[in-house]
Amino acid sequence: MNHVTQAPAPPAAARAPAAGRGRRAMARPPSRQWAAWAFLAPVVVYLAVFYAYPLYRNLDLSLRDYTVRSFVRGDAPFTGTANYAKVVADPTFGPALWHTVVFTVVSLAFQFTIGLALAMFFHRNFRLSATLRALFLVPWLLPLIVSSSTWSWMLNSDSGVVNAVLGAFGAAPVHWLTSPDWSLWSVVIANIWIGIPFNLVVLYSGLQAIDPVIYEAAELDGANGSQRFWRVTFPLLRPVSAITLLLGLVYTLKVFDIIWIMTRGGPSGSSTTFATWSYRLGFGNLLPAFGPGAAVGNLLIVMALVFGLVYIRLQRRQAF
Amino acid sequence: MRGSRSPAKTALGLVLTGLMLFPVYWMINVSFTRDQDMRKSPPNWFPVNGTLEGYHEVLDRQLPYLATSLVVGLGTVALTLLVAAPAAYSLAKLRPRGGGALTFALLIAQMIPGIIMAMGFYAIFLSTGLLNTLPGLIVADSTLAVPFAVLVLTTFMSGIPEELLQAARVDGAGALRTFWSVVLPVSRNAVITVSLFAFLWAWSDFVFASTLDQGGDHQPITLGIYHYIGNNNQQWNAIMATAVIASIPATVLLVVAQRYVAAGVTAGAVKH
Repeated sequence: MNHVTQAPAPPAAARAPAAGRGRRAMARPPSRQWAAWAFLAPVVVYLAVFYAYPLYRNLDLSLRDYTVRSFVRGDAPFTGTANYAKVVADPTFGPALWHTVVFTVVSLAFQFTIGLALAMFFHRNFRLSATLRALFLVPWLLPLIVSSSTWSWMLNSDSGVVNAVLGAFGAAPVHWLTSPDWSLWSVVIANIWIGIPFNLVVLYSGLQAIDPVIYEAAELDGANGSQRFWRVTFPLLRPVSAITLLLGLVYTLKVFDIIWIMTRGGPSGSSTTFATWSYRLGFGNLLPAFGPGAAVGNLLIVMALVFGLVYIRLQRRQAF
Repeated sequence: MRGSRSPAKTALGLVLTGLMLFPVYWMINVSFTRDQDMRKSPPNWFPVNGTLEGYHEVLDRQLPYLATSLVVGLGTVALTLLVAAPAAYSLAKLRPRGGGALTFALLIAQMIPGIIMAMGFYAIFLSTGLLNTLPGLIVADSTLAVPFAVLVLTTFMSGIPEELLQAARVDGAGALRTFWSVVLPVSRNAVITVSLFAFLWAWSDFVFASTLDQGGDHQPITLGIYHYIGNNNQQWNAIMATAVIASIPATVLLVVAQRYVAAGVTAGAVKH
């Protein structure tokens, strides 16, 4: 039963590095170390200047009381965690947190379920399956402003095609983007559409890695379709599923474009998440509130990092 | 799970793909719709009485935006490769001390929300005069691609047979020469994949453009569309025509490099 516990193989491009692992233990000559770090120097400088420094500036923003004038002159007084306290006490905080959670959880649940169903469907190679699977990638590749504006028009209350179809079935028009009851669901729908391809492709590659012999064995033992799914596919796909979900989570938490373009977080804050709130504080008003904006952003980072660390732990475990 | 050739599955597949791509079809359909038909109920399902007005608008007003996006995209590709390719070679073949920690940092870097980077960059660019400039936008956009590029290229270069590098060394090639004349040419496919993604991400970027290039003389196409949507007299055929044009790089990417795209998507997710 050795192959049953086998972790899914990485995709073709990623299969190679295992071979190099054994050689790690060998001595590292000092001259090679110099060369190695010379080649790494650009990326190290890059990470320091274009990742670490912006993050540091962002942290600094969140710990000072910035006004437009002190922002330019750089002499804002240090106020410690005052911005964070202000943000948490803000009436927007509770709803924004709730919307972030709902947006993320609902998007992920549907993206993953639909992606998995499609992956299983495409897994049974039929005529044109490869071409159709490639076409499914289109929503993922389109610029977000393209998909978001297309969805905006499709969901338009008066002239949108969605309401036209609903109307044909006798339903009253839904004010998708302009009613506080629907705006969050509208952006969730658009986000699910954009996220399905990613889930489909990754889960499909996970399915490809399952040895068909296992299915044949299950079939011989008399397992029916649903048993084959719940007893074979599902457990064997678990590592890939976990990573798909965690990565999807980190990606979904930071979704900003779709919401901002479709609803700007409105109406009256009904689709505001941490990402759009942070943007609105920093850039959306005439008088920017960089301090609180950066504070909201950093809360978002903490959420993403927590899940990112879980992801990396899982990835490490999968490697051995 | 034997591969079946049933036409029923192909038919179902076609229907599902049609449903999935309906918004794309609708974008194209609307881009050809005349202004007077735009608010018709029910809408025209096909571009009957189609018009090219929307595309004329694009040619009249959006070309500078498209040119800017092209420049930003190419600049991002160049910067990304310049930083990522040598790093990947080192991580894959030169076994640097601390390489693992660097890979870890890159994985974490991928997870930082763009809006946070944007705010930090805004503060930095304001004081260094890079705000509303193309180099500034290129630098910011490259942060979308560099971690991905290093990780994917490292994975690929690890697969280059050691004998090949050994042979180069025997012929007297140093590390730099080996990198330039052996590793890079052999990694051509990975380099193409990474370049295509870097270009596409820079081309599609909205967060950095809308924060760091709001007041710039040269703005990318994403802002072009955004300004259009913000207008009060929304001309949806023109907006959708611009959207169609803005989707061309994605389409090219899919047609030219279909299998690399799927590999690229998975490479970001599954263990390298």
